[in-house]
Amino acid sequence: MAEINFKLIKNPLSKENPITVQVLGICSALAVTAKLEPAVVMSISVMVVIIMANLIISLFRKTIPSRIRIIVQLVVVSLLVILVDQVLKAFVYDVSKQLSVFVGLIITNCIVMGRLEAFAMSNKPFDSMLDGLGNGLGYAIILVIVGFVRELFGSGTLWDYPVIPQSFYDMGYQNNSLMIMPPMALILVGLIIWIQRSRNKDLCED
Amino acid sequence: MFSNRYIYIYATILVVFSALILTLAAVGLKPYQDKNIRVEKMQQLLGAVGLESDAKNAEELFDKYFREQHAINAKGEIVGTLIDGKQTMGSVNPFAIDTKKQMALVKINDPSAVLPVFIYEKDGKKTYVVPVIGNGLWGGIWGNIAFADDLNTIVGVNFDHKGETPGLGAEIATPFFEDQFKGKTIFDGDDFKSVEVKKAADKTSPHQVDAISGGTITSNGVSDMLNNSLKFYIPYFNSLKN
Repeated sequence: MAEINFKLIKNPLSKENPITVQVLGICSALAVTAKLEPAVVMSISVMVVIIMANLIISLFRKTIPSRIRIIVQLVVVSLLVILVDQVLKAFVYDVSKQLSVFVGLIITNCIVMGRLEAFAMSNKPFDSMLDGLGNGLGYAIILVIVGFVRELFGSGTLWDYPVIPQSFYDMGYQNNSLMIMPPMALILVGLIIWIQRSRNKDLCED
Repeated sequence: MFSNRYIYIYATILVVFSALILTLAAVGLKPYQDKNIRVEKMQQLLGAVGLESDAKNAEELFDKYFREQHAINAKGEIVGTLIDGKQTMGSVNPFAIDTKKQMALVKINDPSAVLPVFIYEKDGKKTYVVPVIGNGLWGGIWGNIAFADDLNTIVGVNFDHKGETPGLGAEIATPFFEDQFKGKTIFDGDDFKSVEVKKAADKTSPHQVDAISGGTITSNGVSDMLNNSLKFYIPYFNSLKN
């Protein structure tokens, strides 16, 4: 049994975060975070796909001809995404309806392809799985934070349960519709990047 | 370095193998997916008459209350009837009608269009539920409208959408929006007025409901959907009234 290399899980959560540091997978981070629930389901789906894809590519890494490696990676990712989509449709229909096109769009998520190319092609299967888990979590944590803030201030709910008391509304409080619009997700991601960089000087470019 | 021969063989095996897995998955999961779609359709019809159901009891409730189903053509004639799951008249199965395809025919005034009417019956009172289909901002929107037996007053609606913006257009599928339709009427005397979804609607008007702020295009889509789809049923409603 290989020893667990915790760095592979820890780094993507902070100083190698796929969204805030590498700025990958931004599209879906903006699209599915208007509410918390789709953000969480999306995170789980991406995590499953990235772990499995990393494992498969890593297992076959020595047989994959380098000239067609991107195509091979793409086929594996598409295969997994379609399988995930079909399984969701068959067994958790409600969730699959909520995510609609975004499950299919995992194929184009740069994080998945990026990790296959940068890590799984040159590392052992077990490490690759850990790397996939770490990056999946790194993606998930940002989505959940953004989804939390957007749903709370945009709709006054969390996981569709109202959390802001009616008395606030009676006093004139209003939900901020800007929060639900995609630009606000970009601003929030920007704020997270700002906070992260101000606390970790290593990340700052000159 | 790998030879060209190796690359071709590798690619072929990879693709054939992937295709095989996908085919197996698609064929194997199809019955489950079809069942989900059937059950969802039943749930939506039940939702239109205000009955909450879950994936487990939907089929049972549906069979209990929606015993009569008709297929209607553009002249308002019944071309197929399903009672208690048995085809008693005509050859068109109302439940199996591809509403989306037929609604596209309605749009171009094709006389061959056939659409279903689902009749909910409780305590001897009939409620007529008809499907509606239209376009939102990002994709399709659809729903079911339930009419009281005067074939004019809406007793309930139920909308759904493919991928409207969460928190904005997607709000059409929430009770807060749907409940506004209760008690509205689509006819003014004999004139068809439909129900308009409008900014700052006059709440006392029987033909207007409030639009969703930030969801203007979806709201307009609901207006158009109601107008275009319900028009088809006017001849049928008139034939029932007389």
